[in-house]
Amino acid sequence: MALLEVANVRRSFGGLVALDRVSFRVHPGQIKAVIGPNGAGKTTLFNIISGLLKSDTGEVFFKGRSITGLKPYQIARAGLSRTFQNPSLFLHMRVLENVMVGRHSRTRSEFLGCSLRWPGQPEEERSIRSAALAHLENVGLAHLAEVPAGSLAFGQRRMAELARALATGPELLLLDEPASGLNTKEKRDLGQRIRRIRDQGITILLVEHDMTVVMDLSDDILVLNNGVPIAEGPPAAVQNDPNVIRVYLGGEFKHVAASPEP
Amino acid sequence: MKPALKQFLPFVLVAAVAVGAQVALRLLEMEYCLTQLTMALYYAIVVLGLSLVMGYAGQVSLGHGAFFAIGGYTSAVLTTHDFSPFNATAWAQGLKQAHVFVSREDLYGHAVVSVSPWAAFVLAMLLTFLIAHLIGYPALRLKGQYLAMATLGFGLIVYRMVLGSTVTGAADGINGVPEWRLGFGLTVSGKSALRVENYYVACGLVLFWLVLLGNLVHSRVGRALQAIHDRETAANAMGINTASYKLKAFVLSALMAAMAGVFFTHYTAGIGPSEAGALKSIRYVALAAAGGMANLWGVLVVSTGLNYLSLRGLFGSYDHAVFGVILIAIISLAPEGPLKPLGLWIRKLAGRAFKSPAERRPEHGTA
Amino acid sequence: MDTGNLALQYLLSGITKGSIYAVVAIGFNLIYSATGILNFAQGEFVMLGGMVAVTLLHFAPLSVAVTGAVVIVALGGCLLEILLFRRLRNHSVLHLIIITIGLSIVIQETALHVWDEKVRSLPYFTGNEVSSLQIFGAAISPQVVWVLGTVAVAVVLLHVFLQYTLQGRAMRACSSNPEAAMLAGINIRNMRTLSFGLSAALGALAGCVISPITMTHYEMGAPLAIKGFAAAILGGLGNPMAAVVGGLLVGVIEAVSVSQLPAAYNDVAAFAVLLLMLFVRPNGLFGRPGGEMVREL
Repeated sequence: MALLEVANVRRSFGGLVALDRVSFRVHPGQIKAVIGPNGAGKTTLFNIISGLLKSDTGEVFFKGRSITGLKPYQIARAGLSRTFQNPSLFLHMRVLENVMVGRHSRTRSEFLGCSLRWPGQPEEERSIRSAALAHLENVGLAHLAEVPAGSLAFGQRRMAELARALATGPELLLLDEPASGLNTKEKRDLGQRIRRIRDQGITILLVEHDMTVVMDLSDDILVLNNGVPIAEGPPAAVQNDPNVIRVYLGGEFKHVAASPEP
Repeated sequence: MKPALKQFLPFVLVAAVAVGAQVALRLLEMEYCLTQLTMALYYAIVVLGLSLVMGYAGQVSLGHGAFFAIGGYTSAVLTTHDFSPFNATAWAQGLKQAHVFVSREDLYGHAVVSVSPWAAFVLAMLLTFLIAHLIGYPALRLKGQYLAMATLGFGLIVYRMVLGSTVTGAADGINGVPEWRLGFGLTVSGKSALRVENYYVACGLVLFWLVLLGNLVHSRVGRALQAIHDRETAANAMGINTASYKLKAFVLSALMAAMAGVFFTHYTAGIGPSEAGALKSIRYVALAAAGGMANLWGVLVVSTGLNYLSLRGLFGSYDHAVFGVILIAIISLAPEGPLKPLGLWIRKLAGRAFKSPAERRPEHGTA
Repeated sequence: MDTGNLALQYLLSGITKGSIYAVVAIGFNLIYSATGILNFAQGEFVMLGGMVAVTLLHFAPLSVAVTGAVVIVALGGCLLEILLFRRLRNHSVLHLIIITIGLSIVIQETALHVWDEKVRSLPYFTGNEVSSLQIFGAAISPQVVWVLGTVAVAVVLLHVFLQYTLQGRAMRACSSNPEAAMLAGINIRNMRTLSFGLSAALGALAGCVISPITMTHYEMGAPLAIKGFAAAILGGLGNPMAAVVGGLLVGVIEAVSVSQLPAAYNDVAAFAVLLLMLFVRPNGLFGRPGGEMVREL
């Protein structure tokens, strides 16, 4: 069964149709990428899946249940997490605290318990801290744990945000342009990291512009153009799809389209 | 210093200052100052609650004077109203049995039947809980500026209602509110013989809330509130029910304000409509801002200090203007609160004072 | 026959007050559109207009006093923007609103110290307290005609200004898309100052013209601001012309409540309208029901 199913989603802004009858599936254990020229509707799609935006028509199913119209926090609790195109860390909080917030949906102490420090709350607090620290270590930022998040460099913010998203314990992770703003080495590290995340059992859906990263990493690719899906399949198939090549005419596909005709 | 010790240090310091102040005032034979200090402490509780909402959840409420008044007026009305006419009825007898109704003598020595202070307190809390939810639920879905207006409007409605209705004593407010026997030998009362005791009751209440809020702030809930303040959308995306948390913080702060109102009313034996007014509510906001909003200790010190001076009449007829100016100055110059920049500035001065003259001379070009 | 007459009187009183609320609401909208700030001190402009005019009356005839007051208060509004808000570009909108709250208190208290707590008023522009015109069987004070007339003229002039003049169009451009406006060469900073000045001028004019009827005193600003804001929300924030309808509605609702409830509660109706609008239909009667501009997530 598909982990995520997007069915006939349509969304327009005023007169502009951002997404038109978009349907696709993501299977457990996959790394799936959504690509397309600028304005193709990729971030809108992410916003709809993660609940930040409502679709005009269509539905989204996660683990067989409809999550259409749910609030973002409910979707996060269900096991779907995301990162943002511009890393949206809580800049006034420390890096570790940011990741600790990620543990929110997996923990329970509320106002009464926290203010009175009821039995169980101190232990839960300790477990939040150690889990968050572990996630930070995984992305190599443990040494910056007590630093205010606002003072991190861009690439570090990306990694911290990733750690925070992972701390929510997701089954499906949405990555919005994780490679943008990174240099070549950082992109390579990112690729390895994403593979490792998948190996831990987390399914990945990413939006990305960098074709090398996409082709290298993904099991499956969905191509959007002007909000309409024009191709879907494994990287080799997509690279040789004439529709795709036409859309990217003269663009990033030049070097991969140079492979011999089947 | 061990972390556990470090945590307790501020409490110890403040406790020492509190006791020291009382002892000093006694030695200086100025113990009457304790009255204003006690009142300032009760006001500080309102500001502490407000700083939770403003500093942590990031919402501006201009209606907290109204909650103070709701608490105060509820207990004032219930504990001063004479229910004797209903003496014969079954429910009145029942309430007497339950110790909700008590027989007592009023100011003029007449026998009256009114609600016991403890029961009135519980009812005031319940009423506040209800109203805070009713106002908070729709209001907190609004963006900051509209929330400010909505709470201001709410505050003004409460103000007009207590000002206009005879039950609440109209412009004169309510007087003759009886004392409140808390138990453990403590009584909230305005009697000068109990002045020192009441000072420590107020200190105790402040301490209670400081501990609770301190725990809250350094916990999962505190982080969630900070996240909401920092970036609400991202907080929601991380699994935080932002609407619910904002509402809970709001309701908690309303309960704190109402509780302060109840204690205050029994302490001063009365309450007036000005407590519900916009000027008071704005003053609470100014104090929360001046104390550093998210800095509980700063808020406590600044709020108590400024309110005390205000109550002693230091600002004269400029009383309200002072808080307006404070508000403008703090927010323009140091929106996160003046204490941190002030501390940094002091440290910079101190550092310069301890440097040798050679180090102090400015660099003449570079090598 | 008598109740009909009474109802008409109330209606008229509501429309009169309502036109003042409309002016305050327009002022709100102007500043909000140009800067995103909700100016809590809006009501103080009205108060200042009346007060300054009363003082100028000692030295000059009525028309000069009123004009002078409007100019002075308008300049004051511009100065406020230049000295205060221009420097605070990095502050969040919430901070700026808190500042306007502080400002309204400071202005109010300054007025108290300059003019003391006595109630003052300008003389009737024409006639006096007892003169009246008979229109449709209701007795109307000539001052009411002045109020309605002045507000109507001001609104029309403003509309013409915003729609047909270069400066006016520039202001509208600033409010809908500041970045594009800047690229088009429009001086945003001056537009912001202009919006403050215009708002202040309108408020002051309203304050002068209503002074003989409702009196002027140092505390009148705050309730006016709330009611003006209610009117602005009713019409939909950002829509200056719809604010006129909003203002009249608030005035009429208030008049109805005055006729039904004890006098002490006559402000409560307007405040309740505000709360109701914010909770139920924050985009106003003429806006989209979704409340997207006004609600959080």
